[in-house]
Formats: sequence, structure tokens, C-alpha cells
Amino acid sequence: MEAIRTDRLTKSYGKARGITELELSVGEGEFFGFIGPNGAGKSTTIRTLLGLIRPTSGSARVLGRDIVKENQAILRQTGYLPSEAVFHPGMRVGEILKFSADLRRRDCAAEAKRLCERLRLDPAAKADELSFGNRKKVGIVCALQSEPPLLILDEPTGGLDPLMQREFFDILRERSAKGATVFLSSHILSEVQRNCTRAAVIREGKIIACGSVEDLAKSSARRVSVLGRVDLSGLEGIRDLKEGDGTASFLYSGDMSRLLSRLAEGDVRDLSVSEPDLEEIFLHYYGKEDGLS
Amino acid sequence: MTVVRHELRQGRLSFLIWTGAIGFLLSVCIFLFPEMKGEMDGVGELFSSMGSFTAAFGMDKISFGTLIGYYAIECGNVLGLGGAFFAALCAADVLAKEEKDRTAEFLLTHPVSRGRVVTEKLIAVFLQITALNLVIYALSLGSMALIGEEIPWGEVNLLHLAYYILQLELSGICFGISAFLRKGSAGIGLGIAAITYFLNLIANITESAGFLSYVTPFGYCGGADIVSSGSLDGVKVAVGVLIGAAGIAAAYGKYLKKDIR
Repeated sequence: MEAIRTDRLTKSYGKARGITELELSVGEGEFFGFIGPNGAGKSTTIRTLLGLIRPTSGSARVLGRDIVKENQAILRQTGYLPSEAVFHPGMRVGEILKFSADLRRRDCAAEAKRLCERLRLDPAAKADELSFGNRKKVGIVCALQSEPPLLILDEPTGGLDPLMQREFFDILRERSAKGATVFLSSHILSEVQRNCTRAAVIREGKIIACGSVEDLAKSSARRVSVLGRVDLSGLEGIRDLKEGDGTASFLYSGDMSRLLSRLAEGDVRDLSVSEPDLEEIFLHYYGKEDGLS
Repeated sequence: MTVVRHELRQGRLSFLIWTGAIGFLLSVCIFLFPEMKGEMDGVGELFSSMGSFTAAFGMDKISFGTLIGYYAIECGNVLGLGGAFFAALCAADVLAKEEKDRTAEFLLTHPVSRGRVVTEKLIAVFLQITALNLVIYALSLGSMALIGEEIPWGEVNLLHLAYYILQLELSGICFGISAFLRKGSAGIGLGIAAITYFLNLIANITESAGFLSYVTPFGYCGGADIVSSGSLDGVKVAVGVLIGAAGIAAAYGKYLKKDIR
């Protein structure tokens, strides 16, 4: 069974774009990355899957259940971490965790205690006084304490220091090893590349690429770095061109023989052609840098 | 009842402040009565000859010199307006605050249906209003006993019942509005309470605007009418209950399908 399956899922906000005919498939037990810059439609997709907003058209199933008709059954088996964790005022961390568990009608005290220890979170602390990162930790414990089979995490590492990020991903890998599906939305490509097995790239509300992280990285595009002089004008398939003092570096997805001809015509003293990392692939798909942080 | 408990805890401070303030003012009013009683003969004549002002507060129908007359006018305004403000504020904020404070995402991504959220929040509002009225009722009766006056049980009970129904109606209206709002709920709630209060004053002053007393919940809370007739106006109460119920129905209709931002 697929953990998440969308079929032409669309959400429009009048003139504003939401998501358009989204086709997405996440297998059970996968560690799946959902990549896109801010405003691409990642959160809209997640909020639609969780029933916070209703789809304009199309359909989706989560854990085999319809997102509109069987929303409660989905939420019972899903732990969700929003990009910005906001809690009711005047509550202590422990009270928030208990409230979250009570809403699930579960006793999660033991798991909550374990997670708080691992994430160095004080249950007696007042949530209103916590830093952004510590509020994020509260959100993480809320999402994980009931040990749900599906975890949907929206920009989960924002505000966490590198050590905490490592601990957090260790916990996620443990959950994944036990069979949980992890759906991780992020604009930080390196964390998707390090942790996810498959990923989808969303751009302006549409999925523009989906596959294994390895395959995505094996795009036809190559990072070409040239030391010397070469005339690249008119050559199609060049992106992210950076020219400096006798050097040029660019992503190339055009006809390789034409590039080689140009290089042969120029004065090339050194040449490097390498497989780009996911960040560069991302640039390749977007064709611009403005979505990246 | 997790959401009910949560709401009661969240609204604890506001409840204590409003209950304390209304209870204190009401008790002070009652404790002033023995001193005022002796001066009421002259004052009563003065109050009953002030034209529109007299009619607006119903002072032409009851005597200020009796405990129930004094209580219906003076204390009625304190409880009527204070209780209405509390009920409106409480109900107008209860659904809207989740989006305003951005806590809706946390609450509604737990396995708790929107219907259950709406129902439990409504129960929490009604419980707070009921608790406030019980405390105020007990304080009023206690204060009357302390000043050594005979308690006019029938009239006092009717007055408190009327204000309780008023608060439930206003809370129903504001609860409905709350489902449509994302911010500004407090101002709208207080505004509705104030407007309905002044609509009733206008209805009392101007005969041609008398129909307004069927629209505003204060229409069936006129202390002078209740004391002089010994009953509540059933038609006005029924209209009020229907309006309140319509507000609650609107809340369910909207919130169950609303996009949460």
C-alpha cells in the first residue's frame, strides 16, 4: 500500500496559486523528501493532505484513506510537525505534550520522556519563553510521542542546532527502520540528499521531478568548470554561469558535442566535468537561484 | 472532553476577572441600598419624572425605594451589561483565536473532528457563562441577606434567569460570528453587546422603534417589566433563543468546511 497517493490534486486560492494537478506517490516505509523553495506549494500540499484545507479538485489518499472523507482515521495514524510550531499561551512543555496525547486518547508519557531527554527539552519550561528551536523540539515530541506509522514533517530542522539536527535525524532513521513512513518537506537539499531515499521537486505548485535521490542526482546536467578562455555565447543548455578571472563554471544540459567543439576552439588550460549535487540539480530544474536559501 | 478542559483552563483568568468585577460591583450596589432607601422617596419622584431617561430604564414602572425595584434597575444594569460583555467576548474569541494565534494547525492536526472541536468549545463557553451566573447569583443573595432585607425570591430568580438567557443568546450569536473571523473578534463581540444594549434603550424611549425590543436580547431583560408583570415575555425569549440557535448553527456550517490558514 502507498502511504501517500495524490491524483491530480489541486488547491487554488482565487487568483493566487496553490497546487495544480499534483501527482505524488510515496510508498509505505519510505523516507521521502519533498523539495521546493518557499512558496512552491509544499505546505499547501501538506495542509491539504491533513485536511486543514479542502482540495479544489482531484483526490488523495493517505495510508489508503481518502483525505476528505476519512480525515480522522488519517490523523490518528499521522504525526505532524508544522514549519512553525505555535502553542496555546500560558502552557508548560509537559502540559502541551499531555494535551497532545489526550487529544489522541493515548498515554504517551514514557515515550515523551525518552524524546525530551534525547532532545534535551525541559518539560517544566514555559512554552511562551522558549526559543524558536526549543519550540520546534516541542513540536517534534508532539509529532513522535504516539509513535505513528506516518510522519509528515514540514521544514523540520529550522532553528535546531547541528547537534540537535543530527539527533533528530537519528530518531527519524530509527523510526524509519521500524517501518514508519517519513515525509519530509524541505528547502535544504543537503538534508534531503543525506537522509531520504526518494524525493519529489515541486515548483510553482507542480511536481516537476520525482524519483530516487540517486536518480535525481543523475540528471543529464553536468557541472563544467573551465580554466582558460572559451566563447560560450549562443550555446543552449547553460545555467548558473559564473565567470571570473579566466575561469568559467556552469551547469550544462545541452548537446555535449557542441560544447566540446567550443572548448576545442577556445584556450582551455584545465577542465573539470562533474556530476552535480542535488543543490545544483535543483538549480537546474528551477533555472534560477531565487528560491534557494 | 479534552478540549472543554483545555478551554476552561485557557479562559480561567478572564473568567475570574469578569466574575470578580461583576460580583464586586453588584455587592457594592446591594450594600448601598440601606443607605439609599431612606433617601429614595424624593429621588424616586425625581427619577419618575425624567421623561425619556425614565422610560429608557423603566423607572416609571417600579419604585426605587424597594429592594427589588432598586435591584432591577441598578444591579440589573451591572449584571446585564457586564454579563453580556463577558458572554460576547468569550464566544466571539473561542473559535477565531485558534487562527488568530495560529494554534489551529496544532489543534486540528490531531484526531479530533471539527464537529467535536466546535461542540466542546461551545460547551466550554456555556459552562463559563453558567458558572459566572451561579457565582453572581450566590453573591447577590448573600449580599441581600447580609443587609437584612427580605429576599424577593421570585423576582430575583426571574431577573437572573432573563440575564442568563440573554448571555446564552449573545454567546450563540457571537459564536457564529467567531467561526467566520480570523482576527478582531474581541472588538466585534464587545460591539455587538453594546449595540444590542443601546437598541433596547432606543426601543424603550421611542414607541415607533418598539419592534427593536424583539431583536435585542435586552428586550426581554427589562427589570421593570419583569418585576411588574412577574414573568418573562415568552415571545421575546423564543425569538432570542431562535437567534442564538441560528448563530450556533452558522458556526457549525462554517467551521466544518472552513479552510484553516
